[in-house]
Amino acid sequence: MNDGLSTIERTVSTDYKYGFVTDIEADEAPRGINEGIVRFISAKKNEPEWMLEWRLKAYRQWLKMEQPNWANIKYGPIDYQDIIYYSAPKQKANAKSLDEIDPELRRTFERLGISLDEQKRLSGVAVDAVIDSVSIGTTFKKQLSELGIIFCSMSEAIQEHPMLVQKYLSSVVPITDNYFAALNSAVFSDGSFCYIPKGVRCPMELSTYFRINAENTGQFERTLIVAEEGSYVSYLEGCTAPMRDENQLHAAVVELIALDNAEIKYSTVQNWYPGDKQGKGGIYNFVTKRGICQGVNSKISWTQVETGSAITWKYPSVILKGDNSTGEFYSVAVTNNHQQADTGTKMQHLGKNTKSRIVSKGISAGFSNNSYRGLVHVSKKASNSRNFSQCDSLLLGDKCGANTFPYIEVRNNSSVVEHEATTSKIGEDQIFYCNQRGIDTETAVALIINGFAKEVMNQLPMEFAVEAQKLLAISLEGSVG
Amino acid sequence: MLRIQNLHAGIEGKNILNGINLEIKPGEVHAIMGPNGSGKSTLASVLAGRKDYEVTDGSVEFLGKDLLDMSPEARAGEGLFLAFQYPVEIPGLSTVNFIKTAVNEIRKYRGEEPMDAVAFLKLMKEKMALMDIEKSLLTRSLNEGFSGGEKKRNEIFQMVMLEPKLAILDETDSGLDIDAIRIVANGVNKLRNKENGILVVTHYQRLLDYIIPDFVHVLYNGRIVKSGPKELALELEEKGYDFIRNEVNVEETA
Repeated sequence: MNDGLSTIERTVSTDYKYGFVTDIEADEAPRGINEGIVRFISAKKNEPEWMLEWRLKAYRQWLKMEQPNWANIKYGPIDYQDIIYYSAPKQKANAKSLDEIDPELRRTFERLGISLDEQKRLSGVAVDAVIDSVSIGTTFKKQLSELGIIFCSMSEAIQEHPMLVQKYLSSVVPITDNYFAALNSAVFSDGSFCYIPKGVRCPMELSTYFRINAENTGQFERTLIVAEEGSYVSYLEGCTAPMRDENQLHAAVVELIALDNAEIKYSTVQNWYPGDKQGKGGIYNFVTKRGICQGVNSKISWTQVETGSAITWKYPSVILKGDNSTGEFYSVAVTNNHQQADTGTKMQHLGKNTKSRIVSKGISAGFSNNSYRGLVHVSKKASNSRNFSQCDSLLLGDKCGANTFPYIEVRNNSSVVEHEATTSKIGEDQIFYCNQRGIDTETAVALIINGFAKEVMNQLPMEFAVEAQKLLAISLEGSVG
Repeated sequence: MLRIQNLHAGIEGKNILNGINLEIKPGEVHAIMGPNGSGKSTLASVLAGRKDYEVTDGSVEFLGKDLLDMSPEARAGEGLFLAFQYPVEIPGLSTVNFIKTAVNEIRKYRGEEPMDAVAFLKLMKEKMALMDIEKSLLTRSLNEGFSGGEKKRNEIFQMVMLEPKLAILDETDSGLDIDAIRIVANGVNKLRNKENGILVVTHYQRLLDYIIPDFVHVLYNGRIVKSGPKELALELEEKGYDFIRNEVNVEETA
């Protein structure tokens, strides 16, 4: 404070660790979007006729729709004709096994800390690696298939398991659900597909690692997870992108289906390139994630740690259709510099005795803006339902913003909805207290924010909790001190 | 070990300390007493390195080094500890985790290996018995929802865990009942040995019934106006601070 600046206001630099580019030849579609491009993508994937029709229907709907503008985010117009909608790294025609993956791509994932070598992997985690528009390999497929679990890329699922895909694709997020979901449906190129058969408890974490590499491309992936009666699966996704001056678009759709007594736990550690300190570049992350608790006693739990992207627009939701089903949403969203996040959840209580729990922790620093937006809807028939929501915001400095937009609609008398919200600042007092105990300011901030986010971090699978804690500290490195 | 010379300091352009001179030698316990607003807490804060305060003149030497030149965390690393008058709360951060981080950061500063979990827990158990502190307090979030007494006991517990060379107690007795004062004093007395210095800042004499000081100083208008043996504290208690005010005013007008 001696130099007239509060320590908390002082913002210095940290480098985004994953900003490198892999130099690999790509097979790309021409820029822009039209029916020809949709057909091109479908042909590239050698898709059946029904899939092409589905895409074209989505495309035609998309043309009639408008980009939503209700979120608390500001950005310039997106030129949808300036985006490349399909880009695949060229590698030996369809690697049949993991050994055939291009070494350059293998190295890319090694640098990201993701080994595609099954021997070197954490034994409890199977990975599907997606780069730009395609999946380049999935580990532990064989071991999983012995239990009847299908874990493969979406492209492969369309070829190998068309009945399942046709039955469940867009059953939770209709193709016309929203502008970005319609766009995704028209041009999505890959993603992961998981199917857990009746009564099977998936013995390892399933995960997909998304990487954007090519310039001027958008990434549009689609994930579909089906948990049959009495099954359980824990799934994790991670994502990074190179540093570029232009904004890149990422518009994904994730659908989860939990049947009777099934449980799906879905965790995200989102670390797309957030743009530089002046707010130049970064990923525009417009994502539709929704799960349906279709069966009785089913449970869907979303946990997200959002540290990246220039813009985050994302509301992982749960439709609580089955009686006694449970939906959970645990979120930590960190924004620094000029990042903007408008994120939250929707809990739609349709069945009786349904329960939902929302814990949202927003951390804002720099000039960033962080909003929680949530809807809790309890229908007339959803008697004796309960919701508990807690939305806490932590501010670092006084140039950032935090907002909470909770919407609550209760249509019966027997249900109980509770909402709590707090806003606090990391104080000079807290930092000085830590300093006096020998703890430097960076470490002090890490302790304070990890304490703040603890309830959510505790929900992450063990293998990733430590990684996520470090990520939180790194994202805010330099924002104090 | 601590030599304060002609220390002038203030906040937002307002002078609070107007030339403090004080020397603490290893093994000594000094008490600083004074009425509200005399600068007691400012002195404690300046020594610990709180940024809001500006030092305008004078010097402070700690174990042969220029204390004022050091960051607050370096001062802690050198062995200076402040028991806060108002300990802050950090939600979600367990007290144990906080103390372990502090212990290991200080070890790092001194070029020592970090203490592993087993050794740390052993040390903690030892000190817990000493301080009559229950484990449930340590697993709770740092100071969150602690009563006044619990906060102060936690401060002293941290002190015995960190084993500082110089401990400054900033009105640790305020708001404590007699049992809590006894526990606090017990902790402080355990730290007392030939090498360590202790500076007790207090408004009332009663803490000094349990922590017997070697010297008592009276702070008034940012200066030490009277120093003496422990009996001075009793005299103050008896006559009140007015007697100091009168004495000082007489001197100044004379």
